[in-house]
Amino acid sequence: MLNLIHVGLELDTEEGKIRILEDINLELGKGKMYAVTGPNGSGKSSVARVIMGIALPTSGNILFNDKDITDLGITERAKLGIGYAFQHPPRFKGMRVVDMLEIAMRTGEMADCQCLRNIGLCPDDYLERALDASLSGGEIKRIEIATLLAQNPKVRIFDEPEAGIDLWSFEQLIDVVGSTHREDNVTVVISHQEKILNMVDEIILVENGMISMKGDQETIWPQIKESAECECRNSCTREGEIYADCPR
Amino acid sequence: MLTALDKKLLQETAGLEEDPPGAYNIRKDGEGIQRHSLPGIEIVPKKDKPGIDIIVEKDRTGTVHIPVILTQSDLSDLVYNTIEIGPGADIELVAGCGIHNPGHGEARHDGVHEIFVREGARLRYTEKHYGEGEGKGKRILNPKTVLVVEPGGYAEMELVQIRGVDDTVRETEARIEAGGHLVIYERMLTHGEQTARSDVVVNLLGEGSAARIVSRSVGQGNSRQVFQPRLVAYGPGRGHVECDSIIMDKAVIRSIPEIWAESAEAELVHEAAIGKIAGEQMMKLMALGLTEGEAEEAIIKGFLK
Repeated sequence: MLNLIHVGLELDTEEGKIRILEDINLELGKGKMYAVTGPNGSGKSSVARVIMGIALPTSGNILFNDKDITDLGITERAKLGIGYAFQHPPRFKGMRVVDMLEIAMRTGEMADCQCLRNIGLCPDDYLERALDASLSGGEIKRIEIATLLAQNPKVRIFDEPEAGIDLWSFEQLIDVVGSTHREDNVTVVISHQEKILNMVDEIILVENGMISMKGDQETIWPQIKESAECECRNSCTREGEIYADCPR
Repeated sequence: MLTALDKKLLQETAGLEEDPPGAYNIRKDGEGIQRHSLPGIEIVPKKDKPGIDIIVEKDRTGTVHIPVILTQSDLSDLVYNTIEIGPGADIELVAGCGIHNPGHGEARHDGVHEIFVREGARLRYTEKHYGEGEGKGKRILNPKTVLVVEPGGYAEMELVQIRGVDDTVRETEARIEAGGHLVIYERMLTHGEQTARSDVVVNLLGEGSAARIVSRSVGQGNSRQVFQPRLVAYGPGRGHVECDSIIMDKAVIRSIPEIWAESAEAELVHEAAIGKIAGEQMMKLMALGLTEGEAEEAIIKGFLK
């Protein structure tokens, strides 16, 4: 369904070119769920952004249902059926939750509010709310996920959906990502969470802008378990003493 | 008799499809052409100068429409309106001006409004500006509003000008007495070579007087905007000014909110921001399938709502 072939991404900065992604090869099949994981700054979100067209690859090709979409912009890719729930969704002054959901549904008016209920927000409380600074980080994140559910694209990419979400909602979130996945979808979840890594068909580990490992949960999890857990106690020292209160 | 063009202008400025509900006065090309008073809401022409007096009796509720339309070129219309909202009354007043300038000369309307919101009265006031026309003639609107809110009164003003008007200088001056409240929502979009200036002075006089000014604007093309809202508190009053602008193309926007306290009991806050549309906002909407143009429009529409 979606193929990344030798995809590379470089950014021009004042200090010269920075390599963000290198030789990414992925074959994401219809009906499958994937997790992309890896350390902070490894390039996980960049993989999502080149799929969505927010960043255009500087080398390689992206195919969607065998069609080369490498040079297509964000809008064209969205129209083909690629969707992306942002890690840090932007806020909009004046625009309401209902306006955003209507844009996502492409209908002009809300047919139903199930997508809000699915992520634990009461439509009566939230539809008329402005998508601005009055919403908490957790709320805006949940609305972002509801927007992707409302859009219902063929390729669904969730970028760290758990970030900023409380524990109770997290369980609900995992349920809804799983239960809304259909046979003709590809679902990609960028995450560090063990529960998410456990629910997917394949885990893709990104390190230093490259795919260092991929495979099913049983193969990959034992190998990344240690690095996914906290190493803070071993490595973090403060004035020579081991700093005991790990922030993670 | 209203023409199709008149009806369009009335629709754009006052949202009127047919005869207005409640009391009304329609002014066209410098003359009052239709007027309707109601018991307790009287509309009478001024004797000494062009314009009308609107007198709302104590405790009266209802709506009043006073649209002005200009359909000719080379026309300068100056009008003085005095609006008196009696104690305890609750009134929705829709003003506004629509200009269709067919020629190359100026079409200009200068409206001077004097509004008294008496003790405990409530007024919701909407003023929309709209301009169109095939000629090169400028469409100019210069409204001046002097408002007094007496003790315990409440006034809400919604001032809207989205495209169409070439030059505007808006002056608003308010005097808020003890326990009186004023809210001003200003929304503006300029484009092309348009210029707009809005000066607001709100004087908070008595204890418990409060005012809030929320100004949202979008500047496109080569247009220029200046906002200068000033809140002055002479006693224990509260005030908040918020100016927020989206700047695009080669537009120029100046935003100069001022707060001025003459008393240690005053609480005044101002905020002002000018910025372009954030790239992330565009990307979010494009990722939902909107084109760049549609995304921009959706953001501006929401911002000016």
